[in-house]
Amino acid sequence: MSYELSVLLGTIFATYLWRGLGVLLSGRINVETELFKWVTCVTYAMVAALVVRIIILPVGLLEEVPLLVRLVALLAGVFVMMRLPRPWGGLVPGLLVGSGLIALGYSLSQLTQT
Amino acid sequence: MSQPLPELQFQSKQEAFRRGMRHAIGAPAGVLFAGYIGFGALCYSLNLSIWTAAGSAFFVYALPGQMVMAEMFALGATTLLTTLAVGLTASRFLPMTLTVLPQLDSEHRGSKSLYAMVHLLAMTSWAVAMRDLPKMEPQYRQAYFWGIGLVCWAVCAPGSIIGYLIADQVPMPLTMALVFLNPLFFMLSFTEVKPTAYRLAILFGSLLGPLSHSVVPDYSLLISGLVGGSLAYLLIHRRRPA
Repeated sequence: MSYELSVLLGTIFATYLWRGLGVLLSGRINVETELFKWVTCVTYAMVAALVVRIIILPVGLLEEVPLLVRLVALLAGVFVMMRLPRPWGGLVPGLLVGSGLIALGYSLSQLTQT
Repeated sequence: MSQPLPELQFQSKQEAFRRGMRHAIGAPAGVLFAGYIGFGALCYSLNLSIWTAAGSAFFVYALPGQMVMAEMFALGATTLLTTLAVGLTASRFLPMTLTVLPQLDSEHRGSKSLYAMVHLLAMTSWAVAMRDLPKMEPQYRQAYFWGIGLVCWAVCAPGSIIGYLIADQVPMPLTMALVFLNPLFFMLSFTEVKPTAYRLAILFGSLLGPLSHSVVPDYSLLISGLVGGSLAYLLIHRRRPA
C-alpha cells in the first residue's frame, strides 16, 4: 500500500470513528436534559475554537493573508450580517463583503511587498 | 419545540427532504464548494494526487482534518502520527453528533441508518441543523437533515477536483477569497445563535481556541471545548440564588 493511501485511510478512520461513536452514545441522551445542554455548550465552544483558530492561526493558503486583513474582513462580514438592513445585510452580503475584503487586502499586501 | 416556522412546516417526509435540499443549495453548499476548491488547489500545491483530493472529500468529509492530512503528507509524517492528529481535530464530531441525533423523533433514534447519516454531518450541515431542527416537528427532522446533508456532501468531491485542475489558473486573491468563505460562514452563523449559554460558549471557545493553541496545539480543541463549554454551562444553568 502506498504511503499516500495509508495516510488517506488513517484520516478516514480517525474521522468516522467519532461520528460512529456519537451514534453509539446518542441513545443515552435526551434533549430536555442538563447533559444535553452541557454537551451543546461544549460543542459550540469546540467549533468556535476551531473556526477562530482557522482565521487567526491558519495553516495553508490563508497564512499568506496578513492577520490584520483577516480580522478586518471578519469584522466587516459580521457587521454586514448583523447591523445592515436587508437587502444590504444578511448572510450572503456578509460573505461577499468579507471575502471581497480578503481578496482586496491580499492584493494590496502583495503590492506593498514588492 | 419552539413555534414552527411556516417554511419549516411539512405535510410529508418527502417534502421535508426536498426542502432540506433546497435550503442547502445557496450559502451552505456554495460555501463548502468554494472551500473545497481551495482544498483541491492546496492538494495540487502539496503534490497529493487528485484521487486523494477527491477521495478524502468523499470519504472523510471534514475540511479541517483534510487540511491536516494534506500538510502532514507534505511533511512526510508517519501514518500513525497523521491519524492521531486528524483524530484530535475530528473529536468535535462526537459532541456534534450528540447534539443532533437526540433531536430526532423517537422512532428514528437507534436506527442503523444513522450510521450512514452521520457521515453527512459536518460543520456546515450541523450549523444548519442546529438552527432549523428545533423549529420543525420532530417527525420531519431526519428527512430534512438527509436533504441538507446530501447536497452539502455531494458538492465537495467535484469542488476538490475542479480546484485541483484549475489551481494554476485562478488568480491568488480569488483563491484566498474562496478559502476564507468557509470559516466566515461559521462565524456569521454563530451570530444567529440565541440562547445565552451557547453564546457564552462560543465566546469562550473563540478566546480559548487561539490561546490554548499556542500552548498545547494538539489538545487545544478538546481543552477549549471542555473548559469553555463547561464554564458557559455552569455560569448560566447552575447559577443558584445567593
